[in-house]
Amino acid sequence: MIIDLERFFVSNRPTWQEMEKLLDRIECGDRPTYTDARRLHYLYERTSADLARLSTFAAESDAGAYLSALVGRAYAEIYETRRRKARFSPVPWFFGEFPRTFRRHVGAFGLAVAITIGGCGFGSFALAIDTDAKHVLMPFPGLEGDPGERVHKEEAGPNQKLRGHRSTFSAELMTHNIRVAFFTLALGVTWGVGSVLMLFYNGVILGAVAFDYARAGYTMFLLGWLMPHGVIEIPAILVAGQASFVLAGALLGRGDRRPRRERLRNATSSIVTLAGGAAVMLVWAGIVESFISQYHRPVLPYEAKIAFGFVELVLLTAFLAYSGRKDEAQ
Amino acid sequence: MTSRRLTMRTPEGIVFSWPLAGPVSRMLALLIDMACIGTALLLVQRVISIFQVVSADWATGIAVILYFALQIGYGIAFEWLWRGQTIGKRVLGIRVIDGEGLRLTPGQVVLRNVLRAVDSMPAFYAVGGIACTVTRHTQRLGDLAANTVVVRHQQAATPELSETLRLRYNSLRQWPHLCARLRQRSTPEEAGAALDAILRREELDAQPRLELFDHLARHFQNKVEFPAEALDGLSGEQYVRDVVQVLFEASAKG
Repeated sequence: MIIDLERFFVSNRPTWQEMEKLLDRIECGDRPTYTDARRLHYLYERTSADLARLSTFAAESDAGAYLSALVGRAYAEIYETRRRKARFSPVPWFFGEFPRTFRRHVGAFGLAVAITIGGCGFGSFALAIDTDAKHVLMPFPGLEGDPGERVHKEEAGPNQKLRGHRSTFSAELMTHNIRVAFFTLALGVTWGVGSVLMLFYNGVILGAVAFDYARAGYTMFLLGWLMPHGVIEIPAILVAGQASFVLAGALLGRGDRRPRRERLRNATSSIVTLAGGAAVMLVWAGIVESFISQYHRPVLPYEAKIAFGFVELVLLTAFLAYSGRKDEAQ
Repeated sequence: MTSRRLTMRTPEGIVFSWPLAGPVSRMLALLIDMACIGTALLLVQRVISIFQVVSADWATGIAVILYFALQIGYGIAFEWLWRGQTIGKRVLGIRVIDGEGLRLTPGQVVLRNVLRAVDSMPAFYAVGGIACTVTRHTQRLGDLAANTVVVRHQQAATPELSETLRLRYNSLRQWPHLCARLRQRSTPEEAGAALDAILRREELDAQPRLELFDHLARHFQNKVEFPAEALDGLSGEQYVRDVVQVLFEASAKG
């Protein structure tokens, strides 16, 4: 059938323009009324039919592109079934959505913990059987030296290098750790292989450092140094690892017969929530590391630092285990 | 080479599509975005330097956080606020859309931007660039994970009928029954090809243009034979133009 293009354009242009205006309004954030939604559906059906009629004319590419774009926009609004949140509220998100998401994917967190513990075990064992491996396992200037020298230096007085730079140091720690967390998450796209390596390597460093200080008899210093920020920082990286395994799980789809796109669509919100939660935790850890962890005995007794870390750990555990349960039940 | 497209079929059976953005346009958009981020960083540095007199430590700390927020947040903020476009993407006329043609969600925007950490490895977005060239929908890893695609943005204006079809005198109209027969015997594909040739005639060189229209004119003359006086003095191109007008203007009167 060859259509009369002039009549086709003249008679249908008002429909297309009305749909364009309605879509502009909806896309700008206006919540459509019931009447708007019905009208949009009617206009969409008419415009779709126009596109089908016009599609026989390859030559009318401009009109085809126009109608194709218009139908595409309407399709996105009509067939979208994911709930659109009216406004992002940080407090309910952090105290409700984040812990709920954490609990929903607690198995992935357990996997991240197991891999890190495995890394810790390997790091400790490697250092126990080969002391020279220290430079390979912990290639960082601050950790390569003798633990005793480090402890005496730290206890001789507050770190002079940080004097007047604690805010900067805190900001650097936060941003660096958030980058590491995001990178760990992003490695989930390698079907989780990169995430496993990253978490295992983190564990190796942690295990080697812990073993090095414990063997030298500086366990109290180690706990006092690491616990105030570490009880938040390490779980935050594990939460990022958890997010990466949620992503890897959606990519692999083991035991899930839905198409990959659908699995990823469902997992996106959880992954982003976990990443955001980890970032918030790392902000706190950065502040604590700069303003508390760097002070040692005699300025701050190790017992006080360990107690502070212990309280944080209990609060974090309670937060992740119980926060937002009320809404979960609903 | 024909450009790749993302094609959707609605439950009603209607097919629509978007042309996919190629790796080169995406790279250019990225370079523009990097320039924008660089400029913003310089501005932040200037503004923060004013506060150095109050507290150098705090000012530097805030600067570190702002640098980080700009680098991570630039793509997220713009793609969310501008519905899939950053400054670079807007300049290059490309846009991020949902892989299923649905509405882009904040989660998708965040995820595809966070995964830049892997796409940019080991340097110059090598991983992302390779992924773009080998995947069916030109997606980097961030796009695959977030189920998004980058398409060329079609900002089409409301279509108007081509001036070609608003012609003055058409000698073929003097034989309305032959015009009706021509419409009856021509397929939409033939009509489309003739219209396409007329609309794009200025893009052709003189000799191929002459040959193409002579060929098309002979093709349509074989379908319906108009009297010799109708064709008197008409070139192949003029004949095809008259044929197109007859085919596409059902309301045309002789």
